[in-house]
Amino acid sequence: MHELAIARHLLELTLEHAEENKATRIDQINIVIGQLSSFVDESIQFYWDMLSDDTLARGATLNFSYVPMELTCKHCQHSFSPEELAHICPQCESLALEVTAGDQCYLESIDIDTPESVGMEKV
Amino acid sequence: MNVNVQVVENIMSANERLAAENRKTLDGADVFSINIMASPGAGKTSLIERSLETLLPGKNVAVIDGDVATSIDADRAAAAGAQAVQINTGGNCHLDAVMLQEGLAQLDLENIDMLIVENVGNLICPSAFDLGTHKSVLIASVPEGDDKPYKYPAMYRGVDALVINKIDLLPYIPFDMDYFKQGVKILNPDLQIFPLSCQTGEGLPAWLKWLEMG
Repeated sequence: MHELAIARHLLELTLEHAEENKATRIDQINIVIGQLSSFVDESIQFYWDMLSDDTLARGATLNFSYVPMELTCKHCQHSFSPEELAHICPQCESLALEVTAGDQCYLESIDIDTPESVGMEKV
Repeated sequence: MNVNVQVVENIMSANERLAAENRKTLDGADVFSINIMASPGAGKTSLIERSLETLLPGKNVAVIDGDVATSIDADRAAAAGAQAVQINTGGNCHLDAVMLQEGLAQLDLENIDMLIVENVGNLICPSAFDLGTHKSVLIASVPEGDDKPYKYPAMYRGVDALVINKIDLLPYIPFDMDYFKQGVKILNPDLQIFPLSCQTGEGLPAWLKWLEMG
């Protein structure tokens, strides 16, 4: 349920960057979410549709890229991505595991329409 | 024309900016602050009450209590002798930096040495919202089960200290401490851990020492 607050933050951040770049329309919003963050994409999408309705971001598509949790064994250096946090290395059965990926959670980029006069790299 | 604008910014950056302001306010008034998070019933209010028994009156301690409704927790903290402010989140499952800022405005910070923030009872949402306190503390209690680090990794990943409460119940409840601690160690290798019982007082001195050292 904290996704309502997260969707609000995401919208503010998106609009801030869209306005800075003189966007006339926001087309795509590209978000990176790590498995270890507590963000649920369906809920963000649900609140997003509700919140963005009367803004420049209305109708924009949210694209989520997932970064799976990655654990690395400090003993045999084996890296693996279990569905849930594991406590034992599947290769050497060591308990010396550490998290090496999956914390990320950020707005990577936005695709926007701008007036022709604004000189920016064309995609 | 259609352009791709690179952002690469934390979605929570607005909250984090405000959290940094809160930390500045607290530093300016020389107030050490902690944010206590846990599931409902883990013993947040009990731990605060037990801590106040020792901290007061030597230290001026204030408590900000976040709850969806009621002022029961703030009343308990006030009864124990602390300056207490209740924040009702109106259905929100967590405190955020804005709510803490509003709470701070209600306190006489110049006459406070320590601020204890009691977050809303929840193991998921509060972990995403930095408040600006100096330390984050998670309370796990034995009856919740030994699998919680595996089920709520984000919460265990972001805290500075872990209190394992209700250890007096260990003989009666299947709780594999090694399995529990193994999950904690993977997620947060440098975490300070304080096993204790608010009921019997066992283990409290180590926790209080950490708290008083700031």
